[in-house]
Amino acid sequence: MAASVFAPWTDPDQKPLIEFRNVTKRFGDFTAINDLSLKIYEREFFALLGPSGCGKTTMMRMLAGFETPTQGNILLGGQVIDDVPPNKRAVNMMFQSYALFPHLSIWDNIAFGLKRESRDKASIEARVEEMLRLTRLTKFALRKPHQISGGQRQRVALARSLAKAPKLLLLDEPLGALDKKLREETQFELMDIQEKTGTTFVIVTHDQEEAMTVASRVAVMDEGRLVQVSTPDVIYEAPNSVYVAGFIGDVNLIKGTASARTTATVEEPEAPTQPAENTPSAAQQERTPRPNSYGEWLHDTLLSPILGKRVEAPKPKQLPAPTPEETATAKAAEAPDIPEGGLSLKWADGEPDLIAVNGDPALDGKEVTLALRPEKFSISKTKPTGVANAVKGKVIDIGYLGNISTYHVELPGGLMVKSQVTNTRRIARRDITWEDTVWLSFTATAGVVLPE
Amino acid sequence: MRRFSWFNATSLTLGFAFLYLPMIILVIYSFNESRLVTVWAGFSTKWYGELIQNEEFLGAAWVTAKVAFFSSCLATVLGTMAAYVIVRAGRFKGRTLFSGMIYAPLVMPEVITGLSLLLLFIGIGLDRGILTVVLAHTTFAMCYVSVVVSSRLVSFDRSLEEAALDLGCSPFEAFRLVTLPIIAPAVISGWLLAFTLSLDDLVIASFTTGPGATTLPIKVFSAVRLGVSPEINALSTLMIAIVTVGVITASLVSKRAAVQQARDERAAERAE
Amino acid sequence: MRRAVLIAIPYVWLVALFLVPFLIVLKISLSDIALARPPYTPQLDLAAGWDGIKSFFAALDFENFTFLATDDLYWKAYLSSLKIALVSTFLTLLVGYPIAYGMARAAPEWRPTLLMLVILPFWTSFLIRVYSWMGILSTEGVLNQFLLGIGVISEPLQIMNTNTAVYIGIVYTYLPFMILPIYSALEKLDDSLLEAAEDLGCSRLSAFWLVTIPLSTGGIVAGCFLVFIPALGEFVIPSLLGGSDTLMIGKVLWEEFFSNRDWPVASAVAVILLLILVIPIILFQRNQQLAREADT
Repeated sequence: MAASVFAPWTDPDQKPLIEFRNVTKRFGDFTAINDLSLKIYEREFFALLGPSGCGKTTMMRMLAGFETPTQGNILLGGQVIDDVPPNKRAVNMMFQSYALFPHLSIWDNIAFGLKRESRDKASIEARVEEMLRLTRLTKFALRKPHQISGGQRQRVALARSLAKAPKLLLLDEPLGALDKKLREETQFELMDIQEKTGTTFVIVTHDQEEAMTVASRVAVMDEGRLVQVSTPDVIYEAPNSVYVAGFIGDVNLIKGTASARTTATVEEPEAPTQPAENTPSAAQQERTPRPNSYGEWLHDTLLSPILGKRVEAPKPKQLPAPTPEETATAKAAEAPDIPEGGLSLKWADGEPDLIAVNGDPALDGKEVTLALRPEKFSISKTKPTGVANAVKGKVIDIGYLGNISTYHVELPGGLMVKSQVTNTRRIARRDITWEDTVWLSFTATAGVVLPE
Repeated sequence: MRRFSWFNATSLTLGFAFLYLPMIILVIYSFNESRLVTVWAGFSTKWYGELIQNEEFLGAAWVTAKVAFFSSCLATVLGTMAAYVIVRAGRFKGRTLFSGMIYAPLVMPEVITGLSLLLLFIGIGLDRGILTVVLAHTTFAMCYVSVVVSSRLVSFDRSLEEAALDLGCSPFEAFRLVTLPIIAPAVISGWLLAFTLSLDDLVIASFTTGPGATTLPIKVFSAVRLGVSPEINALSTLMIAIVTVGVITASLVSKRAAVQQARDERAAERAE
Repeated sequence: MRRAVLIAIPYVWLVALFLVPFLIVLKISLSDIALARPPYTPQLDLAAGWDGIKSFFAALDFENFTFLATDDLYWKAYLSSLKIALVSTFLTLLVGYPIAYGMARAAPEWRPTLLMLVILPFWTSFLIRVYSWMGILSTEGVLNQFLLGIGVISEPLQIMNTNTAVYIGIVYTYLPFMILPIYSALEKLDDSLLEAAEDLGCSRLSAFWLVTIPLSTGGIVAGCFLVFIPALGEFVIPSLLGGSDTLMIGKVLWEEFFSNRDWPVASAVAVILLLILVIPIILFQRNQQLAREADT
């Protein structure tokens, strides 16, 4: 039943916790935020993702109260909070630099906000102890910030900002100062704490992996605007623009001229496995990330190909998710079973057109870009049969990353593409090497057709 | 590793000899038995005895101490405010003039500062005395304080203040509970600097002082114009001793704090 | 509201005790010499309205400045101050650079101590430091006794009450101001730059000329300004160590004020001194600005 599903943004009756209403923020001549509207719901873990200077930090500082919008309003729980000073907002922030008070002990840092409220001593003590337990810092309580490690400081900052039980917690690049390994651990810790406390988290980050791992929804920003707001899987599998596709992960972009394949409407390619609309996957229902690889989680998500339905304003209207099975079995010698509809893409002279059944036929005759993730390719030395798309190319370079290898393949016409293959075999057993002629194949639904 | 050559060693030795020999000679001659500065007539502390009995010097020293105390305290408060305004207040009307007025006294020749203040005090009919010297010293010392404090404030992580606001502090509480404790070392050094500047000042005090408010430097200056005297040597030795002890103590304290901090940080990293 | 109060307090203080006094100096410098003692004319009579303001401005003239231009004591004093300040700045650089260089090359654990040794004299009374040279430089002073004793000279040298003594005094008292900025520039210098220069065929001396000196220019310039600007208006050193023929503008101003009690002329002297100082001060500010920009 949909009630147990955490996807408040799909429910039009849900009241948002935070609402940006046509917010514009200018600093002198510079427009940091440009007429932006957004709703964030209670208990969400919402990520603002974008390159530096895209306005994500300004949005967070407006939520905290350090900046006021030039135009438009920000609402918290239905109340306009534009003129509420930061010390009067039920919003707390975890700073990028952590901003731990160097002259106070860990205990006093955590108690700092509580002491500002007129609370009795016992309740402050109880709350601080609780926060120390939650963040596993009890034995460091009497130390000063410079006497603990970076990871511990990060947890103190989190405990301090959570101590007042804010309605909304803002996290400004919370893991930026940690090294990669610690960052990965801490991501799951953060999700765990968010789950336990039930607080709404808004995180600002420029690290797309971090945003994808922790967030229930991701907003990709560019130059003060929201480019796409959606769940991480949709952002990855069905980016709505070349910008989003390029920002999140690796992508191959093949330009060409589209032509509609048939006049028929697009079929749902895998109708039998498709659950009812608006029913998110089991993985999403849980929302509890398991401390395994991000890939596995993504994989689970991909199993339920409902994704095209939930894109909020997708350019390609219907985007059935390709499954790993499809790509994995692409070279199996089945008869090509290509659904009708979609687009075919003329991309190079003398080469067969590429087929993308998920393309919007309305793009007929337009210049479009086919965005293909490197892992959607299958690579083989012989021409595969029974696949929708197969192109010949020459291996120029091989990047061995341990768990995966990246092949840089030059296609006819000089286009370089990347293909990623999981290294399930030992290195000596793999037969593709430099200068080899190879075939790259992918299904009719592997790519996303993006208008120019 | 850098190569520390003979040339470096020689220039350091000669350089520090040049810096310290005059003062060392001064100290040695303060223990000279003879009134003649040029003849060594045996060790004696009699000039210190005479100095202590010299009512005029004692009176001047007391005036100087009072002036230095009041002006340095006032200058510290005003200078810290000025630093905060310069670094934090953002844009406001007349900001350029304000920062100009903060920096100008640092490079203004003392004779001009002194002359202009005297003309002001006469113009408004203020009787010259301890008060006018305090006002004058506060004005130029506050600029030094604000330079010292603002250099600390600039490197101060502003998010600390924002964190305090975020956790429910009013702006004033944020200053009192977070900013002030953290910039305290700079405020203290600003105060020490203001105090020393006031103790040392001859020119501005000469212009702005009046009857009954003769400061020690004025007294010393009128005495040494007539030539070298062993009493002044004794007085100088005392002042050099106080400053030396003070500076060495301060640097040892701050060095120990720094060493402790570094040790703690290393321990924290290892504990990870 | 709070912010306005915070800005207003130091602002009003500085306007009242820095800007206004300076405007008074400017006004008096344009007033008549005639009255050697206050009240000086003219008075701004606001009660008389527009006429009052007109007569106020009508009474102002450049008489005092004309006087300064015609009496060669003053322009000689300005020129002599400039010369003394320039020469002593150069001498301070010659003395200070090797010290700063030696400090920057000393072992890191020694540097804080050396730095403290440079700063210590700065905290010691300026007057006492100048005074300490009186006992050394005088005819029967320690230096002459020493030189006579080892037989280098047969007659005592007359150093006290000459410009030489003034140079020594300025170099001595302002030396820390020269050493500190140069040291901080040299300390930042990456040793591998010198190694790279030598690797590319420089001798140690040419590496010093081509790498170390250019990279410490910022410190040298800052140090020179920090010595030159206060030296120009110096009063204590010329009056204690200099002779009657040592002309420095600070001393002239002092005497004009305290001995001749001619306030309008003293004010005019101050205004001109300030005008002369404006150029190096602006250059100094620009240099500091550039240094800050280069840092970030």
